[in-house]
Amino acid sequence: MGKIEIDPLRWKEEVLKKYPKKVAKKRDKGILVHDGEMPKQIMANVRSIPGIITARGCTYAGCKGVVLGPTRDIINLVHGPIGCSFYAWLTRRNQTLPPTPESENFMNYCFSTDMQDSNIVFGGELKLKQAVREVFEIFKPKSIGIFSTCPVGLIGDDVHAVAREMKEELGINIFGFSCEGYKGVSQSAGHHIANNTLMKHVIGRNDTAPEGKYKINMLGEYNIGGDAFELERIFEKCGLTLVSSFSGNSTIEQFERAHTADLNVIMCHRSINYVAEMMETKFGIPWFKVNFIGADASAKSLRRIAEYFEDAELMARVEEVIAEEMAIVKEAIETVYPRTTGKVAMLFVGGSRAHHYQELFSELGMSTLSAGYEFGHRDDYEGRRVIPTIQVDADSRNIEVLTIEADETRYRPRKTDEEIAALNAKGCGFGEYDGMMADMAKGALIIDDISHYEMEKLIEIYHPDIFCAGIKEKYCVQKMGIPLKQLHSYDYGGPYAGFEGAVNFYNDIDMMINTSIWKMIKAPWQVEPVIEAEYGV
Amino acid sequence: MDIAVKEGPESFSSLRNACKLCSPLGASVVFKGIEGCIPMIHGSQGCATYIRRYLISHYKEPVDIASSNFSEETTIFGGHKNFNNGLDNIIKQYHPGVIGISSACLSETIGEDINMLIKEYEASNKDTDLPVLIHASTPGYQGTHIDGFHDTVTASVAVLAEENQSGTHINIFPGFVSPEDIRHLKDILDSFGFDYVLFPDYSDSLDNPNWSEYHLIPPGGTPVADLRRTGSASASIEFGYVLNEGTTNSRIKKNKQSFTAAKWLEKNRNVSANRLGLPIGIRETDRFFELLKKLSGKETDRKYTMERGRLIDSYVDGHKYLFGKRAIVYGDEDLVIGTVLFLLEIGIEPVLIASGGVGESLKPILDRLTEGKTKDIPVMNNMDFESINEKSDALKPDILIGSSKGYYVARRLGIPIVRTGFPVHDRFGAQRLQHVGYKGTQQLFDRIVNALIEHKQEDSAVGYKYM
Repeated sequence: MGKIEIDPLRWKEEVLKKYPKKVAKKRDKGILVHDGEMPKQIMANVRSIPGIITARGCTYAGCKGVVLGPTRDIINLVHGPIGCSFYAWLTRRNQTLPPTPESENFMNYCFSTDMQDSNIVFGGELKLKQAVREVFEIFKPKSIGIFSTCPVGLIGDDVHAVAREMKEELGINIFGFSCEGYKGVSQSAGHHIANNTLMKHVIGRNDTAPEGKYKINMLGEYNIGGDAFELERIFEKCGLTLVSSFSGNSTIEQFERAHTADLNVIMCHRSINYVAEMMETKFGIPWFKVNFIGADASAKSLRRIAEYFEDAELMARVEEVIAEEMAIVKEAIETVYPRTTGKVAMLFVGGSRAHHYQELFSELGMSTLSAGYEFGHRDDYEGRRVIPTIQVDADSRNIEVLTIEADETRYRPRKTDEEIAALNAKGCGFGEYDGMMADMAKGALIIDDISHYEMEKLIEIYHPDIFCAGIKEKYCVQKMGIPLKQLHSYDYGGPYAGFEGAVNFYNDIDMMINTSIWKMIKAPWQVEPVIEAEYGV
Repeated sequence: MDIAVKEGPESFSSLRNACKLCSPLGASVVFKGIEGCIPMIHGSQGCATYIRRYLISHYKEPVDIASSNFSEETTIFGGHKNFNNGLDNIIKQYHPGVIGISSACLSETIGEDINMLIKEYEASNKDTDLPVLIHASTPGYQGTHIDGFHDTVTASVAVLAEENQSGTHINIFPGFVSPEDIRHLKDILDSFGFDYVLFPDYSDSLDNPNWSEYHLIPPGGTPVADLRRTGSASASIEFGYVLNEGTTNSRIKKNKQSFTAAKWLEKNRNVSANRLGLPIGIRETDRFFELLKKLSGKETDRKYTMERGRLIDSYVDGHKYLFGKRAIVYGDEDLVIGTVLFLLEIGIEPVLIASGGVGESLKPILDRLTEGKTKDIPVMNNMDFESINEKSDALKPDILIGSSKGYYVARRLGIPIVRTGFPVHDRFGAQRLQHVGYKGTQQLFDRIVNALIEHKQEDSAVGYKYM
């Protein structure tokens, strides 16, 4: 089946026609056709429209589920009615590996104050205090996080006051999160609230640095499908010491000494870039963006890390590792490539994944015709240069802006300005991120917070060979005869990061695209050519 | 009973690993069972997203649920603008026949009057052909998903059931069963030649075949015209004894009584209500068939007497694997009751009967239905999995029967789990699991026997292939 050339501007026009005027006006700014030049302004991180079915989650989901979810030695107590805690119970498939079977691991639990009618009317603080005492009594954790759900903010329960009081009473670190579901545009607000809280209450509490010559933190890696395990394997092979990972396979203890690392590398720009900035100001740790999705991208990222430490031994070791790993990658790609090359992908996921995974597809010889984020901001599309021009709206004002100053005793610049400049000249790219659009081809459709309806229209007109999104979209898309790769949970596969991950991804995509089942399904346009006639140019 | 386990999680103020979900989830399932319906949750968008994710993972089908996407501003000034926008946009995109609106914690806490919002919306659009708007009040802090389910069944019927001269058709409200269960029930009703309204019927909409053309709203569901007919039926059948007792029970003002659909129709439309347990096992299924015989004046089709005969035959054949085995049963109250009655028939001893439900009559109902056989067995509502887990060692169970969320308990104990009800997120084909009728019981029976055989086989040092 040949691809039909359809002007993406025409597609956009047709889609917008279906919306009421005001909605069309708003969606118009969230859908762009990339002209291959300097990225144009996209409307992102704005409220989804009521009744337009979005894939976005809530602030609570981003805070409890995404950021603190993968940390195994903290008790995450959800203050609210039961649903919120239940739905976030091990649903993200972030993995963890406690060093021994006896080591603390509370990730399998779902703790809730299970608010009832009477708590809504008379207040839930007493119940919350009692719940904190109970979990402490039973599990003796090192720390407890208290998460607010929608009604908590409304009835005025003060989780922070309860946290302070309980911290005093029980003598462990207890802190609250004002992450009520309605607070932000998407889960992105929750990431921010979570990370701010870690910055305020956790990072910097323990000055014992782990052993190791090249110490780094990995920021914005959540160990979905074991991605962090693969990266840990590679780092160890290279001789790098991972002080902490935010927050895949993490512990509170690691967070507490994160400031002892000498470099922060960022995977998911969206969920955590501000922490890297704050840590640079407070502790003097430089940061740059990396990407370990894609074998070539992984090699490039490793080289930049080695470059940073300016150590010939490390550079040599990294080259050895890359050579060794790439031999296996090359073998895998040679088998798969003839079956995947020329195919078309679409990606609508995350705040960074829709960008990162384009690397893997291009290694497979596949192009990305359309992409967009679920909860990205303008800088994730257009690059960090636009940050000063992003308008602050009511929703972003909901998120506390921390005033960070250099720590009196812990601030230690790792590099001089001259060294930074020299490394930048070599391509280290400190504090830089050019965003997704810079890497996309001319004519690509960039769609922020794609609605269900737009997704259906995209598939109907462009017939991609694979569509990447999440479980909520999976069965819709597959009913249309197109394979959908879940890039939130990896379809329960993975890891896809690093070198072994790349090989897994090649094989999984080959399997999905070329499986015999699609031959049994006639896609709607194979039955009814009407739409092509309508749109054909 | 050697173990006296008295205290439930009520001795804790918090829940550890809950054994219940929230009421808007139940509401969404019911709305998926109305033909041409798009559900909308009036509240924060996260509720719709989480519930969609949970339902989709279970049914492996598209589940579109809209939200009115409250912002902080909305929570302060009220959701009326969002409500209207939401409806406008759903209508424009989906052209639904029905929009099913459930509330969430947020809209309930700020005291949104959704019925008034509906009236205002209808008044300001009186010149347009609007979809039917149904509202169910489902605050997440009252009752559980099951209460939300039954309350929504009642709300839908109450909005639509017309007062008319009594017809010959019957209503059937089967409760939260699987799509395959619904298909089986429809076969049974067809075999008696009934004209019936089954509600909610998500047997297609949550388990559709592959399509040759894409449907914005999946086909299937109880037609609105049928829901209107519920008011003129000759009788209603509803499955369940506890039903939505949790809603009334968890309210501060307990005087505000909740009705089930059948009871509402009996009171307001004079349609006689017949309450039966979920037809699991011989006895409860017999009672169902007896009622159908009585209502239709016809005999049971040979197909079903044969199914019944085969089921009893298999009870005999399988008893050597089952007799005296000890089971922990948990889940929605009425499914738990049905399962326990069935287990007692086949000689499995329930050693702990637990539900996250917040009704109070689980124990008295079970004691009555079993004529006291469950008197000394711990029966607990408002339970969580960690409490089950803690009690499980002393109870020495051989098998767990319930949703997939109990898996970790079974894993720790090294015993098999047979998955029933909702959610089943770690096995394939949850939408096709059967529980009801002779045939559904047969499937459940075979699964239990095979789980125990498999466990014995894997545990054996010899590796018998002949069990």
